[in-house]
Amino acid sequence: MPDTVLYCSLQDPVAPCPSGYNTNKTVSLWGNSGRMEMTPSKFMDIQRAIKPDWFQCISDGDTVSGEVSRKRAKKSVDRSLSFLDVCLQLLEKSPELQGSVMIGAIEGGDILEERLRSARETAKRPVGGFLLDGFQGRAIAKETKLKLIASVTAELPEDKPRIIHGIGKPDEVLECIERGVDIFESFFPFQVTERGCALSFSYDYHPNPEAAVLKQNGVQDPEKNNAEKDQDGISRADPEITPFEIFLKDKRYQDDFGPLLEGCTCYCCQRHTRAYVHHLLVTNELLAGVLLMMHNFQHYFSFFSAIRDALRHNKLDQLKKLIFTQALQGPTNAKPGQKSQWHGSPHHATP
Amino acid sequence: MAAPAPAPAPLLRVVAECARSRARAGELRLPHGAVPCPVFMPVGTRGTAKGVTAAQLDALGCRICLGNTYHLGTRPGPELVQRAGGLHGFMDWPHNLLTDSGGFQMVSLVALSEVTEEGVRFRSPYGDEELLLSPEKSMEIQNALGADIVMQLDDVVSSTTTGPRVEEAMRRSVRWLDRCIAANRHPERQHLFAIIQGGLDPALRTKCLEEMTRRDVPGFAIGGLSGGEEKAQFWRMVKLSTERLPRDKPRYLMGVGYATDLVVCVALGCDMFDCVFPTRTARFGSALVPWGSLQLKNKQFAKDFRPIDEDCGCPTCQGYSRAYLHALLRSDTAALHHLTVHNIAYQLQLMRSVRESILAQRFPQFVRDFMRTMYGSRDKYPAWAVEALASVRIPLD
Repeated sequence: MPDTVLYCSLQDPVAPCPSGYNTNKTVSLWGNSGRMEMTPSKFMDIQRAIKPDWFQCISDGDTVSGEVSRKRAKKSVDRSLSFLDVCLQLLEKSPELQGSVMIGAIEGGDILEERLRSARETAKRPVGGFLLDGFQGRAIAKETKLKLIASVTAELPEDKPRIIHGIGKPDEVLECIERGVDIFESFFPFQVTERGCALSFSYDYHPNPEAAVLKQNGVQDPEKNNAEKDQDGISRADPEITPFEIFLKDKRYQDDFGPLLEGCTCYCCQRHTRAYVHHLLVTNELLAGVLLMMHNFQHYFSFFSAIRDALRHNKLDQLKKLIFTQALQGPTNAKPGQKSQWHGSPHHATP
Repeated sequence: MAAPAPAPAPLLRVVAECARSRARAGELRLPHGAVPCPVFMPVGTRGTAKGVTAAQLDALGCRICLGNTYHLGTRPGPELVQRAGGLHGFMDWPHNLLTDSGGFQMVSLVALSEVTEEGVRFRSPYGDEELLLSPEKSMEIQNALGADIVMQLDDVVSSTTTGPRVEEAMRRSVRWLDRCIAANRHPERQHLFAIIQGGLDPALRTKCLEEMTRRDVPGFAIGGLSGGEEKAQFWRMVKLSTERLPRDKPRYLMGVGYATDLVVCVALGCDMFDCVFPTRTARFGSALVPWGSLQLKNKQFAKDFRPIDEDCGCPTCQGYSRAYLHALLRSDTAALHHLTVHNIAYQLQLMRSVRESILAQRFPQFVRDFMRTMYGSRDKYPAWAVEALASVRIPLD
């Protein structure tokens, strides 16, 4: 993939790491062959071989499982800064990595003072960007998390990118963007695919005259439509399913010959139907995942395109309203075959 | 008295014949476009060729593939597929499809199945009701699926079965052929093939051929082989069959897929083949190459940065090395897709090369080159292949 920017993170965002293995001199990573203990020096050797465009500096982010003491939070900051300094020195001596940018990891668990210290100190080093680490999972309460993120980014230079791991749901993405985050991972569409779902939320925040007309003519408001628990079969499926997706294995899609999502231009929606993907899921065919991944990536990336668009035109609030409404009630087009209020004409199955 | 309906245009147009062997190159003129033959048909079981998209299959040059009536007939069921626009619409496949009758899977997959004159009676694995797959039912399902070529329901016995059961199955298959012909609702666009049975008994097979060739079907399949019988008997039955099948109708050898078998059976006069082998072996990490296969999970490939086959033009070989695939195999199912794509490409390319050589009147030389590449030296050539090729005047020395 020669035309893309390659960013190398330390851990796999989808695979949770066991806790308690990091030391003052090493960080443990998990791969196919089990646990690998990594020193800054070994870490840089690997980066020299990979030659990524960007890479997260080795850091101690082991603050995401359960209660983290102040002492432990302080350690995560101290260790990470120490690793950062060692790696920066090694970077200077690595001709292979002259084209690679080091991303500094900001640690500190849920302790504000430690987070600020980490942000200020990391910002003093010549890193190319910042990673807000340790915000994955459920270790930190939502309100605290958002406050910390805002506080951290306030300490960082405006002209360097801020990356965050482990945040992927559309509403959470917007909350982070409002608080100064620029870059996210796409593990969320991957997880949606793995559970047999298709992203179906709307990000089209332009006020739609059609909706107003339909409302006048007595068509039920879609927000009210989905207030009922029509997701009853779904709750059995996977507790992780969010309101932003539809569970295609559900029986209701068995004979739904519409595309996964009305108006979507991905390969799957252009050529296939909900009924077909439902069939592939029911029969455990590998193709289900292939088609769903294409759709989910395209949808997710288009969402980000809409975010950039909204920011450019100062319409982030409208987009937020749209996303947050769906977060509460489920997408406007979860019902089978229903013409979406937000997009164009119904899809016809090929005769 | 009404004039008889005009005979449908023949499916097969023979373009060239090998001057020495029984190989021929031609074209199948099917409702969803022309298909050059000899042809290998990838198996799409439930409406998908194991993780490969319709677009990928099309890009590889596939113009006909298989769907399994048993699997599709149970899930999602013929009514639903019909509503989706037939199997073509359901899969979004613009080219040709061939469906089998459903009989083979039933006998091999379903524990409680019983064959009677009516049909095959079995208990559905997805529920508890007893179902009957009769010739009429099989045709009904296949008509709903809408494939371009449909297969008769035959009474299948394993090729290692002996005794009176073989004859019973052969005779019943003839009777079922007649019932299928009568039950086919769309003969003008769904071409029903007969399936020659008779096991490994030349007399029975000959009898079956006599009977079935009396029926006016658009094509013939050679069935009941490639099921574990001795290769020495296998090729003899194939040759016996092609000798007694009409020249101007396609001959489909069911279940044959190893490269050597394909080449030999083309020499013996077969035009169409199907097999799950290339796609199945891909899912075990095995890549097919002209000199055998690469078990990419093996350590020896960890640092091998060459493509699977330097001469292969498929997307996998154009984009990825053996080392990459080896590493990916250990962690991600994506590797299997790459291998599936490559293996299908390999089979299709093999048939393309076979066809080109027949058109250019150098098929015997092609066979010799193929064998040398595959086996290395004469003493390693499988005896049955040498005999079979010799029998159609292709010596391998």
